Amino acid sequence: MDYSQFLAMKQEIGLLVVFLLVFLFDTFMPKKAQGSLSGITCLLFALFTAAGFCPCQLADADAFAGMYVTSPVMVTIKNILNVGVLIVLIQSCRWANSDIQIMRRGEFYELLLVTLFGMYLMISARHFLLFVIGLEAASLPLAAMVAFDKNRYESHEAAVKYILTAVFSSAVFLMGLSFVYGLTGSLYFAKIYEALSVSPESPMLIVALAFVIAGVGFKLSLVPFHLWTADVYQGAPTSVTSYLSVISKGAAAFAFLVILVQVFGTVYSQVWEWMLYAIIILTITIGNLFAIRQRNMKRFLAFSSISQAGYIMLGVIAYNYVGMASMMYYILVYVFSNLAAFGVISAIENKTGLVGMDDYKGLYKTNPRLSVAMMLAMFSLAGIPPFAGFFSKFFIFTGAIQQGSIAIYVLVLIALINTIVSLYYYLLVVKAMFISEDECKVAPFRSSCSERLGLWISVAGIVFLGIVSCVYNYLLELSASSDIFAGL
Amino acid sequence: MDQITSILILALPLCMFLLLGIFGNKMSHKMAGILGTLGMGVTLILAYSTAFTYFFSGNELFVDAAGNRLQHLVFDQTWLAFTQHLVIKLGFLLDPISAMMLVVITTISFMVHLYSLGYMHGETGFQRYYAFLSLFSFSMLGLVVATNIFQMYIFWELVGASSYLLIGFYYTKPSAVSASKKAFIVTRFADLGFLIGILILSFYTETFDFMTMTNAPENVLASTGGAVFMGGSVLTWALVLIFMGGMGKSAMMPLHIWLPDAMEGPTPVSALIHAATMVVAGVFLVARMFPVYLMEVTALEIVTVVGALTALYAAIVACTQVDIKRVLAFSTISQIAFMMVALGVARPDIHEGVGYMASMFHLFTHAMFKALLFLGAGALIHAVHSNDYTAMGGLRKYMPVTHITFLIGCLAIAGIWPFAGFFSKDEILVAAFENNALWGVWMTAVAGLTSFYMFRLYYRIFWWNEPDYEHHGHVPHDAPWTMTLPLIILAAVSVVAGFIPFGELVTWSREAYEIHINWTVAGTSIAVAVAAIALATVMYRKENELPDKLASRFKGLWTAAHHRFYFDELYMFITHKIIFNLISRPIAWFDRHIIDGTMDMFATVTNKVSYAIRGLQSGNVQTYVWVYLLGTLLIAAVAVICLV
Repeated sequence: MDYSQFLAMKQEIGLLVVFLLVFLFDTFMPKKAQGSLSGITCLLFALFTAAGFCPCQLADADAFAGMYVTSPVMVTIKNILNVGVLIVLIQSCRWANSDIQIMRRGEFYELLLVTLFGMYLMISARHFLLFVIGLEAASLPLAAMVAFDKNRYESHEAAVKYILTAVFSSAVFLMGLSFVYGLTGSLYFAKIYEALSVSPESPMLIVALAFVIAGVGFKLSLVPFHLWTADVYQGAPTSVTSYLSVISKGAAAFAFLVILVQVFGTVYSQVWEWMLYAIIILTITIGNLFAIRQRNMKRFLAFSSISQAGYIMLGVIAYNYVGMASMMYYILVYVFSNLAAFGVISAIENKTGLVGMDDYKGLYKTNPRLSVAMMLAMFSLAGIPPFAGFFSKFFIFTGAIQQGSIAIYVLVLIALINTIVSLYYYLLVVKAMFISEDECKVAPFRSSCSERLGLWISVAGIVFLGIVSCVYNYLLELSASSDIFAGL
Repeated sequence: MDQITSILILALPLCMFLLLGIFGNKMSHKMAGILGTLGMGVTLILAYSTAFTYFFSGNELFVDAAGNRLQHLVFDQTWLAFTQHLVIKLGFLLDPISAMMLVVITTISFMVHLYSLGYMHGETGFQRYYAFLSLFSFSMLGLVVATNIFQMYIFWELVGASSYLLIGFYYTKPSAVSASKKAFIVTRFADLGFLIGILILSFYTETFDFMTMTNAPENVLASTGGAVFMGGSVLTWALVLIFMGGMGKSAMMPLHIWLPDAMEGPTPVSALIHAATMVVAGVFLVARMFPVYLMEVTALEIVTVVGALTALYAAIVACTQVDIKRVLAFSTISQIAFMMVALGVARPDIHEGVGYMASMFHLFTHAMFKALLFLGAGALIHAVHSNDYTAMGGLRKYMPVTHITFLIGCLAIAGIWPFAGFFSKDEILVAAFENNALWGVWMTAVAGLTSFYMFRLYYRIFWWNEPDYEHHGHVPHDAPWTMTLPLIILAAVSVVAGFIPFGELVTWSREAYEIHINWTVAGTSIAVAVAAIALATVMYRKENELPDKLASRFKGLWTAAHHRFYFDELYMFITHKIIFNLISRPIAWFDRHIIDGTMDMFATVTNKVSYAIRGLQSGNVQTYVWVYLLGTLLIAAVAVICLV
């Protein structure tokens, strides 16, 4: 065996190094030195993230007989995830160091890094076995993370619901895979693609495809595979929720694109375009309809993230490199916007334990900075110019429309109408904070350094990503030169 | 010119704005003022060095072997690329007019920063004031170095916004608030034309770039393919619409109504924005697009006519105003109209386009002496706490520095040799005569009026009859050094600026051109100016009955001019009586009942559906899995049925 092929996996190895260092530090360092665990983890991860942007990472390579592939696009999407994870880590410092969590925060970091590793594999896999390993590594430890607030009943309930649904969806996914294997005799993406391009579509393939979509759709919480989302987001500790809603989703969305294009590309217009079409409409609309009614901020963001996932899928259904670029950009912007929102929620929750939307009434008077951060996050999520969210929505619509069929125009129109609905509920939060005259239940307080740092990064992202156009242009160039759509 | 310097020229004022805007409240007044002034000072040095390098270094980037100046793109970054052609870039274009504007803007801005330290001392919102000044400087600098018309439009709107903020600086004063709104709405209305013009032009040429358009204007003409719209060629329409934007910003008739009211802002702001820099943006715009305008002489003729009418109108109105800032405002309108006329009459076959050079020259000198006059007016207002000259009189004894500098400003604007205004105005008159004798005579007459109203103002302020200052509790005196120093500097510049060999620096073809003073034209204009000054001396040097007598003799004309020929009333009538009643009310009804009704229906339906399906989220994990499985199977089943 040629061991040099491990060198293709620079980011995975880097992540493992970070994981091992954190693990060793947590396990073997004396009690006195343990206080700095959070800081060390953030620092290590920041270094690792920075290293990811090194141009030397941008190379095409594969390993393990083509099961694993890396390319500039893969590196970039992993970098985007890394930035998000870094913000999550920074924001979670205070929670992790609270009296209840301090003794087990090591596990939190380790589990988080392991799931991230799984996501890396999902993105880079070009063989379904490796993909399933990644998927499971990214799913199962999350259940433990969801249950992290051991002494809260909701946390248990959420974990149980999560694990049951996750296992069920894995089963469905594997079932779909076995159909695919039966049809084509291989689990390599490229080989399945070839086999499918000769044999015409069959009912079995359609069923297989539906099962595969359901399996990945669970991670993305697409409707109708989304029902776990709200309960889990609400029950899980806020840091875990933000991780779930942003990182896990971003990774799954990209992996989804790779699978649909590289494996089932030949049956795009016959089969999965229409499946996805229906799913996107359902996801955006149902996500919005439920979001309107929510009074709990975490639950509210859960439904908002469902409908956001629908928008992300527009980049997949576009089925061209512009769609891919805009999807990556959307994920990047979504990372910043959603993490800003969760940053505010967790800061307030850590201090007061309040998560109801009514508790936010009049927040501007007591905590103006947090309110402004939250407002920017809501504006960005709703897509109000000049914030980044506007541009990401704009580009993803552009990408989808480039596909050219009238059906897609209709889809974009429906998505546009839904943005109006979403504007309503995002602005509800802003209204509660700024306009409501009620006495605010949240007393003025100063959030911790780590929380402020995380929020500053997120807000900077929201404000500047839209204006600094080179980001999107870079992604566009990268996608244009990538080989993901090359075989078409 | 390296990129760092050029970026810094723009970045420094922007950073100052952010710094003062965000952290201003935590600073003392003094700190904020000094920071802002220092920032502007550094920008000034950078801009001067940039302009100096551009004009005098002889670097082959800026001057070719034949001695012609070149346009140099310091940088030009793609900002938004919608399609292959629809690309918006942000960059920094260095050429004679932008280099000159850098000098003008930073000089005046720095003077105003310095002056405001004294003038705005102790005002609430001092930090905010400095933040806005920085924002304005940033926007104006970005406007003049724009590499393409879209970038210019962006900064064009930014200067409009900062002007709005500064006019309404005293936001507790209703008149200031309505003045700022008026300025914003009128210029926005004009910008609508500008935007449509940009869209038409770029639709045909498939570019926004100034360099692409102006270096091969025949391509611009060719690209329209002779398309005609309502009797005019499409290019004429585009250029006239673009000029409409310029009319709004440069307060050309009939879109001038906002500028006199804009005097509600602090006086240094009037000096910076509403005399020296922003209001000449329209002139700059036409100058920037000049080669394209040359392709359509009709458009240039419209520019000339609008300019000439405005010049005369504003000069007449200025003779009857009482508020010294209003007089200066109308004088500004009239002088900008001079520049417009100069551009309008410029043709390449007349003295190598002398009008273009004259226009830019006048822009430069006017910026200096008009800023001087405004800052002088600020000092006067500061001293007597009134804008009306009726509260002044005999001030020469109390405020010698202000008096001398103001007199220099008046002489400069009147066009007396050797002050700056003489040289630039002379070139404008030459260009006008060469084009058409009518314009020459017309503009000479306006120049005479200019001398008259300026000296009327001068005598009323510094001579006439002295009111009882003691009675008001304090005797006026000269301002502190932060205010008088800018006056002295600007006065010195106003004396010598005329000797700058402008023809060698700024011409439309960027070839060096030697200025010849045409003494026939110059002699006439000086004679007219001196006569006008003499008349003003007779009428206003000492208190007498003559002005009142004349006013009652020509009562109709005087009243009309005093009321600015009822332009505001006309606008009020059109907007309130016609547009509001005939258009706005029906639309409002439609909006309230039909559009809102539809939206309310959507909202109700959405809410109902949302309520109806809430049961789906039961909290029961068995149901979740059921829905999951059924969903998957349903999708598969539907797909199978539909597709196989």
